[in-house]
Amino acid sequence: MSTVRIPPVLRENTGGSRSVDVSGSTVAEALDDLFARHPALRDRVTEDGELSRFINVYVNDRDVRYRDGLATAIAADDTIILLPAMAGGAR
Amino acid sequence: MPATVGALSDLVAAIGNTPMVELRRLAPHPGVHLYAKLEGDNPTGSVKDRVARAMVDSAIADGSLAPGQTILEPSSGNTGISLAMIGARLGHPVRIVMPDNTTPEREQLLRLFGAEIVFSPGAEGSNGAIRMAQSLADADHSVFMPYQYGNQANPRVHEETTGPEILEQVPAIDVFVAGLGTGGTLTGVGRYLKRAKPGVRIVAAEPMPGEQVQGLRSLEEGFVPPVLDASVLDDRVLVTNRDAVIGLRRLMREEGIFAGLSCGAALAVAVRVAREMTAGSVVVLFADAGWKYLSAGLWSRDLDELADELEGSLLW
Repeated sequence: MSTVRIPPVLRENTGGSRSVDVSGSTVAEALDDLFARHPALRDRVTEDGELSRFINVYVNDRDVRYRDGLATAIAADDTIILLPAMAGGAR
Repeated sequence: MPATVGALSDLVAAIGNTPMVELRRLAPHPGVHLYAKLEGDNPTGSVKDRVARAMVDSAIADGSLAPGQTILEPSSGNTGISLAMIGARLGHPVRIVMPDNTTPEREQLLRLFGAEIVFSPGAEGSNGAIRMAQSLADADHSVFMPYQYGNQANPRVHEETTGPEILEQVPAIDVFVAGLGTGGTLTGVGRYLKRAKPGVRIVAAEPMPGEQVQGLRSLEEGFVPPVLDASVLDDRVLVTNRDAVIGLRRLMREEGIFAGLSCGAALAVAVRVAREMTAGSVVVLFADAGWKYLSAGLWSRDLDELADELEGSLLW
């Protein structure tokens, strides 16, 4: 199982859970499993089957948009991090 | 990019042309050269001097900033301080909207340069400061808001000055690493380098936002800075506050470089990129010096305690 970390803004869709264990060998499969467990998340995180531009998805610490996107492979001990797009800090 | 010979006309002319130094002790193996561009050497101590000057110059040139007009800007520190210095010299009152959970040095510096500060709720992060500044600007049309997140003068000054300086200082550059905030540095330097030397990789070091500064009510309140051209990036790596502090301490201890928190994060990513290479040159941009972070105890306090506390503040 991999772990998906859920940001505060999406926790109302996971019953308050901060992280959810999922199975799958790619980001797409892991997210499908996540959406099967928490169906309301699908519409919040995706638009027409693509990731919303307001959400960034990382495997461990690397943005999947610069890897293989939703096809990015994941291993059992990987953590998938969902984060809302936000302005940076000391700017 | 004129060479500095003799005296400059004034402090603003001292912006840019910052030093590049090799980090021999931090390079993970001998075949890979690691270099740092020290933007903390700018007059107010950060890379934002370049951006503030460019935004003010272009607004004066196109008539959007009139003599004596008030400048209003959301900033958690560096840009505000740069605008305050430049604005004061030109006779513009400067008003900065800043989250209320940054370090006291920023407030002190802003006031020393004569700026007025409007505090926004820290829990809303930089997004909250941006929203508040936009609503203040909408309500008062007498102010001018440069808006670094959407002002093309921001990436352009990096494309025209920072990028060429880097290539001149390290012609062998293979990878450029910088922190991601407005996206101006990465977009501008990235555009220049990709045009001048195709094949250079551009890597963003991105702060992992603490839970307490993710005060969004919905995802749609999220924010992608309009000046960020994400197509210029080749990789984007999240860095925790904890790893940023570890990097910051290594910089001080091993290289004697007194830098700001984002520099520790950028270093962490640069070292990792360098470790994955067998030969080549990595350039990392250090956005500011350490002065504005002294009161936070980044160099001295217990790491676990510090990492917990940084979750609720906005230091980079």
